[in-house]
Formats: sequence, C-alpha cells, structure tokens
Amino acid sequence: MSSTFETVAGIISETCDIPREKITPDSHAINDLGIDSLDFLDVAFAIDKAFGIKMPLEQWTQEVNEGTVSSEQYFVMKDLCANIDTLVAAKAA
Amino acid sequence: MRLEYFQMVDRIAELDPVARTVCADCQVPETSPVFEGHFPGHPLLPGVLMIETMAQAGGWLILAMLRFQRMPFLAQVKEAKLRAFVVPGQALQAQCRLLHDGSGYAVVAGGIASGGRKVADAEITYRVVPFPNEALRAQMLATARRVAVPEAFLHD
Repeated sequence: MSSTFETVAGIISETCDIPREKITPDSHAINDLGIDSLDFLDVAFAIDKAFGIKMPLEQWTQEVNEGTVSSEQYFVMKDLCANIDTLVAAKAA
Repeated sequence: MRLEYFQMVDRIAELDPVARTVCADCQVPETSPVFEGHFPGHPLLPGVLMIETMAQAGGWLILAMLRFQRMPFLAQVKEAKLRAFVVPGQALQAQCRLLHDGSGYAVVAGGIASGGRKVADAEITYRVVPFPNEALRAQMLATARRVAVPEAFLHD
C-alpha cells in the first residue's frame, strides 16, 4: 500500500497541482483535496496507466450515488490505494 | 465537411479495431459562411474546427469500438498544436488512436494530416456515457452510415 500511496499521491500532486505534503492517507480526494470530476479523469487515466488497470469509476460512482457505500470507501486515499492494490492483484491472478 | 453544421467528417476511410485507430477523410469546402469572418479576404479553417475535426474522428472511433452503446462527449483537449494553416478546398485526413478505454471516459491521440504533412495534433479526453435518449442514438447511427462506418461496428 505504501508504494501505491506514493505513486497515487505523486500523480495527484502533479496532475492537480496540489502540494504533495497536503496529501495524506486520510485525505478525501474530493472533499479534502478538492479534485473536481474533470481533474479526476486525468488522475484516473494516470492511475490506470501506471498500474495497468481499469478503475471501475462508473460502478463506484453509482454505488456512492445510490447510497450503498460511502464515498470514503472509494475516495479516501488509503481506501483508494487499497482498491487499486486489489485491482492489480486481480489482474495478476 | 459542412462547417456551419459541424459536420467535419466526410468518410471513414479506415477503422482498425485491433490497432484501435481510425482514419477519416475531411474535405474542406471551397465556400462557407465561416470563411466570411475567418478571415475577410484571407479564408482559413478556424483552429477550433481543426480540434473539432480530430474530436469527431476520435468520437467515431469510440462509438465504433463500443458498438454505439454509449456516447462520447468532448471533455478535455490537451497539447493542441495547430501546425499549419488550412485553406478552402484542402483535403484533410484525420487520424486517431485510442490510447485508453477507461471507466466512463476515453482518451484519444488525434491528428490531422494534409498532403502527407502533419497540420494538427492533440490529446483528447471524452466522457463516455449512456446515450441520453434514443433519438440521439438513432441520429448517430444514421450519420455513421452516411460517413461509411462499417456496418459491423454499428451493433453488438
């Protein structure tokens, strides 16, 4: 998770022009870091490329909008990174 | 091309689903009201319409790859470079390659060439969403047939 976090934090910092020190494992990508939906497309593209995955953003967004999961589960950095690790592991399996 | 109707692509010349590329023919008209203002006495295809041409060619590629089940809407244009003037009557080829088919978005590397010379390029991002209504999907399918998107790409 730690190397995933470093990679994702670096992507967000560079893509969204957010100081790296502001990004912590407990940061919420939207509520705390203020990443809007267009910037998040850039972030998603960079993450997909970096990890060779396809983050299921539509499914995550639908689940949040339907209230079946909280946005924290997908968009707090440590949880986002855990989900990325899961996707990477599933791809390797 | 019918500039005033935003019909930028005349014909899909080649669509390769393995390489995820498209090549489209786009003939700049000799006359158009657009040229009356851009520019008086010195008609040039506006740069924004060169970008639109790349975006539409890439859009046809995404539509075809997704078999017209979802609609790409232009979301972002990066690193757009307009490398040469384009004049009335000029023949263009728009060439696009799908860089990434993401969840709810897609990214395309687009370019325009003319006479073997690159005249524009850009990286284009689309939001890819369900068709907002069946009328739009039907219209896109009709237009796809007009511009010769191969029939095999029009449905599952």
